[in-house]
Amino acid sequence: MSQVDSGRAGSGRRAPARVAKRGTGQNQTGAGWLFVSPMLIILGIFLAIPIVMALWVSFTDWNGRGNPFGSRVNFVGAENYTSLLTEQGLSRQDFMLSMRNTFYYVLGVVPVQTALALLLAVIVNQKFLKGRTFFRTAFYFPSVVSSVAISLVFVYLFTGTGAINTILSKVGVIGPNWLDDPRGVIHIIGEKVGLWSIDAPPSALASTEVMNLSLWEWFKGPSVALSTIMIQVIWTTAGTFMLMFLAALQDLPAEVEEAAMVDGANRRQRFMNVTVPHLRPTIFLVLTLGIIGTWQVFDQMYVMTQGGPAKTTLTPAYLSYAAAFRQQQWGEGAAIAFILFALIFLLTSIQRYLLRDKDEVAKKKATKAQAKAAKAKGALA
Amino acid sequence: MSTVTVNDGNIVNRAGRGKKIAVYGALILFSLMYVFPFFIQIATSFKTDADATTNPLNLIPQPVTMAALKRLADTDYPLWFQNSVTVTILVTIGRVFFCSLAGYALARLKFRGRDGVFTALLAVMAVPGIVLLIPKFLVLNYIGLYDTYPALFVPLLVDAAGVFIMKQFFETISPSMEEAARIDGAGTFRTFWSIVLPMARPALITLTILSFQGSWNELGHFVIAVSDPNLYTLTRGVGQLTSGGLGSGNQFPISMASALIMTIPTALIFIIFQRYFTQGANAGADKG
Repeated sequence: MSQVDSGRAGSGRRAPARVAKRGTGQNQTGAGWLFVSPMLIILGIFLAIPIVMALWVSFTDWNGRGNPFGSRVNFVGAENYTSLLTEQGLSRQDFMLSMRNTFYYVLGVVPVQTALALLLAVIVNQKFLKGRTFFRTAFYFPSVVSSVAISLVFVYLFTGTGAINTILSKVGVIGPNWLDDPRGVIHIIGEKVGLWSIDAPPSALASTEVMNLSLWEWFKGPSVALSTIMIQVIWTTAGTFMLMFLAALQDLPAEVEEAAMVDGANRRQRFMNVTVPHLRPTIFLVLTLGIIGTWQVFDQMYVMTQGGPAKTTLTPAYLSYAAAFRQQQWGEGAAIAFILFALIFLLTSIQRYLLRDKDEVAKKKATKAQAKAAKAKGALA
Repeated sequence: MSTVTVNDGNIVNRAGRGKKIAVYGALILFSLMYVFPFFIQIATSFKTDADATTNPLNLIPQPVTMAALKRLADTDYPLWFQNSVTVTILVTIGRVFFCSLAGYALARLKFRGRDGVFTALLAVMAVPGIVLLIPKFLVLNYIGLYDTYPALFVPLLVDAAGVFIMKQFFETISPSMEEAARIDGAGTFRTFWSIVLPMARPALITLTILSFQGSWNELGHFVIAVSDPNLYTLTRGVGQLTSGGLGSGNQFPISMASALIMTIPTALIFIIFQRYFTQGANAGADKG
């Protein structure tokens, strides 16, 4: 770096401006590549190349011993993928369990955290409120704390005799053993309303198998243990998304709201017809980030449950880790990672597509509305 | 409100009061939900095991005891803390320097292949971090870095999102100062170091905070990079504490204390740089 530096400094000082300029243009190629080289090296060695290596491993039967690229490792074709997706067996069963769990997890966490974040943002954004900074800080703080530390706190809060169950017992509810309870939430609700008994599930559901899991298992809902983790994640991440909503709310021009007020729109109308359309891009962003984030959930499972009880908190990310690092089935672990990668890619692509569409529609609507408003104004004048 | 007629004023006031009560009510409820867990955590750190089990809601330990903290000091916890501090400092310095270098080049320097590099960066950012656990292990293992100190921080030295944030920032500042420096004969690195970087202070602080937070809270990478307990960082060590011997018994004070101490540095930095945390969260939003 110093070479480039001194060389240019020397030539620049003596040469007239025009030459210096040309010199700069030449040197920028060298300097440019020099400047990006640490990034290229680190991301190349620890990101790009490893992905290719893992792709190779996902087509082998490497067991963790020796060199995964040596001659003693067998190429097994797509076997690791087919055993997860199309063949009867324990691998597929575990993978399907993890997909089911995460599906319910995403379905529960994403809408609730988005709604809670929006609610918190709207509350904190109230102009009359005193100490807004304090509340904003309080709601955001969990987002910056280590997920490991938060997990420990929640394990304690939700333990059988912990704070949550103590509070519940004060209002006459006997709380479950949250993180040790594998019962599915839909199963429990069904039993409560008399649809079925968990101990004797309806045979039509229990005996029909789809992808190695009975329908009864598929429709289990998140287990109580997984729901506990969902509560924790919603509580933790809502603060981050609250900040995004807050930024968007503060971008809303005051004149627009005032105009709506002058037009006689009440508070609810103003919120639904002015604020929400303005927030639409942010809502989509939050949903996208939420979906990307939730499909990757790993830390909580690693710290709190290790996939249990009864595999009801198993997720693809944790399963991939456990298959490789615990069971030494590296090919299978890598295959799970790539399937997860493809899935997240697919979901975000769909969402991008929808977002783009909605944006265009919204824009068209906005221009139409503007034209109408202009017309109305003209008529008034 | 003072200019409206008495009649209207009444309506506005009544609606306003109802709304205020609702807002404050919701605020108090949510604040309790958000603050109470931390209060319980702090209180429990100074409780006896029995007190923590029988009075989980009590915010005043009876008796107050340092037993949990003392026992924690006898474990490997201090070592993990030290490892976390070292790794976090190295990663933060590396990221701030390398990300601003690359971000500056991508924003300002004209060189052949720049667009290609930027496209590659965007592609890299789209890769979900969690699917990199096995790949990263494979490469660390292959080049013989697995289970060494450098394995903890070298792969984290550059963060694609950080480069992106810096590039975005550099594009917003006016190039006139740099041109002046260039005409005065300053080299590219010199211009970058003494003209551009000082102007980038807000972005640098944001990046520092994101890097601190990212590496202090990182778990996945530390799980796959090392297995030697002497190389554990806080997240790895503490994560192991609960799944190992401590989770089975009711030793909640020590578990709360271990979580508390690892939260203190975060809390301090958060309080000092609160403003920049907010920006960081939204800078992250832009990349999505």
